[in-house]
Amino acid sequence: MSSTAETIQPQTPAMAESNLSLWLRQLRAIVALDLKKNFFGKRSLLVYLLALMPIALLTLVVLVNPLGGGHSDRLPTIFSVFYNSVILRTIVFFGCAWIFMNLFRGEIVDRSLHYYFLSSVRREILVTGKYLSGLLTSAILFTIVTVVCMLLVFFPNYFSSSMRFFFEGAGLGQMFWYVTITILACIGYGAFFLVVGLFVRNPIIPALVLYGWEWINFLLPPLLKKISVIHYLNSLVPVPISEGPFAVVAEPTRAWIAIPGLLIVTALVLVLAGTRIRRMEVRYGSD
Amino acid sequence: MSAASDNTIIFDNVSKFYGEILGVNRVTLEIRSGITSLVGPNGAGKTTLMNLMCGLLRPTRGTVSVLGIPTDQPQLLFRKLGYCSQFDSFPRGLTGRELIVAFLKISGFTGKQANELAEKSLARVDLLAAADRKIGAYSKGMRQRVRLAQSIAHDPSVLILDEPLNGLDPMVRAETIALFKQLAADGLHLIISSHILHEVDMMSDRVVLLNNGYVVAEGGIQGVREEMDVEHPAQVLIRCDRPSFLASQIFQNADVVEARVHDDRKGLFVKIRNQDQFYLSLNKVVSEGEIEVESIAPVDDDLSAVYDYLIGAQ
Repeated sequence: MSSTAETIQPQTPAMAESNLSLWLRQLRAIVALDLKKNFFGKRSLLVYLLALMPIALLTLVVLVNPLGGGHSDRLPTIFSVFYNSVILRTIVFFGCAWIFMNLFRGEIVDRSLHYYFLSSVRREILVTGKYLSGLLTSAILFTIVTVVCMLLVFFPNYFSSSMRFFFEGAGLGQMFWYVTITILACIGYGAFFLVVGLFVRNPIIPALVLYGWEWINFLLPPLLKKISVIHYLNSLVPVPISEGPFAVVAEPTRAWIAIPGLLIVTALVLVLAGTRIRRMEVRYGSD
Repeated sequence: MSAASDNTIIFDNVSKFYGEILGVNRVTLEIRSGITSLVGPNGAGKTTLMNLMCGLLRPTRGTVSVLGIPTDQPQLLFRKLGYCSQFDSFPRGLTGRELIVAFLKISGFTGKQANELAEKSLARVDLLAAADRKIGAYSKGMRQRVRLAQSIAHDPSVLILDEPLNGLDPMVRAETIALFKQLAADGLHLIISSHILHEVDMMSDRVVLLNNGYVVAEGGIQGVREEMDVEHPAQVLIRCDRPSFLASQIFQNADVVEARVHDDRKGLFVKIRNQDQFYLSLNKVVSEGEIEVESIAPVDDDLSAVYDYLIGAQ
């Protein structure tokens, strides 16, 4: 151990620099550290398994029995149903739940949250950085899942018609909207689960409550439908699907309202998270 | 904010409750630069006090400020403060160097600055050789040192160390204490909690004794001891050839409360109230030449004795 009188010169972040450039540098540092954990930490294994499930499922189905029963024109509807029920409502939902809840809850379980709290950084920046890392992780993973699944539905058994659909028809446009919906789902669900992870010691219960709420959305009256993420996402689906004979029909929300609306609600939820984290204490014993 | 408060850590009537459980109660303290040790049994409130200083806990009542900065402003506070906590846990998968660099960057340092500062702090705790190994493979002593390196990397003015000597071998303990003394000599505020009283005694400028969430005494160890003279008279051991004779002589002094011959019959324990008066009368006895005094040593003016008197008996 060196106990010499060597002095470490203070090199605190320059006070003169703008807050914005300091905050951006801090955001980059938080995102970089958390991306490493999100992609390579032991908790990422579950997300990878979840992401592989629809791909494995479709691969098996495609190998056993061609989708659409020889009618390639049915494929857009088949994918829309698969996307809505499997990818969006299950994989993206639970994947976001796991990723975003663990951003803070995981640190508490690992007893490492205090390292962030003992850094010279505004806690609101910390929330934003962690949220962005979760968003990048989930968006990258589930966008890949969405694209791969779409290609698996269309190409293996109907290659030439699918080429025409994608490059001469509506295929690429539909893919763009599915990817957009996936990213918006990550944005919306991510903010919700981040806040849940901050407020609730056992986040599984609120996650299941939201899951149930999202699933019964088709039965809800139009006003209540709007208090959900899935309603806005469904409004953007390029190939609308029937929700069954008991569904309460409601006018889809237009994209120019649905997208900014979702972003505004997400921003409000993040403000709530920022308020919460400013008052948060580190007491691992009671967590 | 006064100039004095800009250079001190101030607890103003601070209480912290965990639900109905008391953490600390009505603590009013001013901590100046130098080494201040927090001493007390488990559950006395040492870690609570430290966590309140760092803003990891919020006071239920009262206010805490560190060099004039409220503890709810981490972006300002942790430019001045470093905390080496007792939590023996780390973000997963990082090397010692990565840990320090990552959190320096989060604090706003550029990559170049962070690398330089990490290198210096790792050198200071003698951990450069293991800097690029995963922390998961570190020994307990190395983990303790990497936490210490992380807490001093940004060159803070206030360093809070919760049981910093735990897990260190004797050689490294001595070196760490030397490092603390050096940092204190450089003008830092060091606040240290420790169970090892003789080490606290050795390095502290002042102590804060805590018990059951209350500050029971604070100040320099000698000062605290002197304040206890009435209830616990000072005790000295006089090594001499005729302890019984000495006892009979000094009992004529009204300041002697108790005298007891040592088990080996070569010394006398004496409890005294007014030490100055006692030593004058002892000089007189010795100068008469009837006894030969080998040595005189206080036996209860150290932190262990103060601790025993104030806390140990409770």
